[in-house]
Parts: sequence; structure tokens; C-alpha cells
Amino acid sequence: MKVQTARSGGVLKIKLYGEMDEYSAPDVRAACDRLIDENAGVRKIIINLADVAFMDSTGIGFLIGRYKKARRRGVALMVENPNFAADKVLSLSGIYTLIPKV
Amino acid sequence: MTKNYLKLQFYSLPCNQAFARDAVAAFCVSLNPSLSVLSDIKTAVSEAVTNCTVHAYKGNLGLITVECEIEDRALHIKVSDTGRGIDDIEKAVQPFYTTLPDDERSGMGFTIMQTFMDDFKVNSIKGEGTVVYMTKQLDAEVVENV
Repeated sequence: MKVQTARSGGVLKIKLYGEMDEYSAPDVRAACDRLIDENAGVRKIIINLADVAFMDSTGIGFLIGRYKKARRRGVALMVENPNFAADKVLSLSGIYTLIPKV
Repeated sequence: MTKNYLKLQFYSLPCNQAFARDAVAAFCVSLNPSLSVLSDIKTAVSEAVTNCTVHAYKGNLGLITVECEIEDRALHIKVSDTGRGIDDIEKAVQPFYTTLPDDERSGMGFTIMQTFMDDFKVNSIKGEGTVVYMTKQLDAEVVENV
């Protein structure tokens, strides 16, 4: 997977590209955690999933992990633009009550 | 009508998860399923194969077998391993149940398989392995006049 980032004021946008599964998750996890650490002081993190072509339940675990990390720092986490398939997986888990979709 | 059949066998390496789900999707694409159905199948296969890698073999090398059969417009999938088996199937299939909470596991794998497929069954024998059976009814073929 590829990770791209943009910071504007207090908002950090992390855009993910590729397929999220057990194989790809460790590297994305490490990359996102590094970005969260490097951007201390933001008040909101938005993970853009528009170009995540595939996501299984690994994506739920990944988002919960980043949510916990962000919350420890008082930072809100949100997701945007999941495609139909990723949205179905995330909706089923009820994750949007913790991590709103914007 | 002859039933079409596919059998794949591969090592439980995480890099094979994408291969398995893409191969199953390619196998049934001749039936012209909707993108939504294809996506459900890929996700369910990915969950089943991931379970073999993570839980059945716990990161050790083992063989995963994926068999598919097309019968009319139903796709039957069987995913089997010869790993450690499931201690308590009733618990394992509960949403959010995971034996590895520290590894950022959601415990939603079986729930996704059950929800995304039309039929789902899991058999397991401790120390011998696990077999997951899933069926997806492919929606009616869209015929377009060209």
C-alpha cells in the first residue's frame, strides 16, 4: 500500500492507496503511526479510503488501533470516502460510531 | 450441465491472501456476477484464508486448500487447513470475538463470512484442522442487447 499525507492547520489528512489485508497492514500501521507521532499538535486526523481498492476485517483492526493512538493524544479520528466494499465492511462492524465518516 | 471446479493449494504466507481472493473472483467472473457480489466473495475468501494463516498455523508454514464449484448460478467455496483447529466454534463465530486482542484483530472475520455469503458452515477438529464452507448465489445474469 501507499500512504500520502497533507497537513492543513490542525488537520492531518492521510490518504491510503492499494489493498488492505493481513499482508499489507503491518507496513501501513507503522507508516500511519509514524505520521501521527510526527504531527503532534493536530486536533483532527482524517484517513481517506477512496483509493483503497480492497479491505477485509484487517481494516477494522487497523482503524481501531489508530483511533486508540489518536485518542490517547486527544486527537479525533475520522474516515472519508470509503468505496462501496470497504464501507460495507466498516458499517457491519459499527465502527462509524467511534470513527465518524465525513 | 457440467459443474465447473477449481482447486488451489498454497502455503499459508500472507502474500497469498490476495492471490487466493483474486483467483476465486477470476474463476466465477465468467458467470458475469455484479461487482457487489464479486466484492462479497473476495472479502469472504480473504477472511477465511487469513484465519488459516493467523489462527490455524499461527504464522508457521502450512498448506491452505481452496476449492470452488459452480453449480447453476451458485458458487460453493471450501477453504481448509490442517492447522491447530478451533477450541470453541460457537465462541469463534461470535462478532468481535478474538483470541488475539493485542494484535489489532477485530474478531469480525467469521461474521463477515456469514453476512456476505448466503450459506456458511465451519467444521473443526482440534489438532487436525478446520474446514469452512461458503455458498454465494450469483444474481441473475444481466443480458444486454448489443
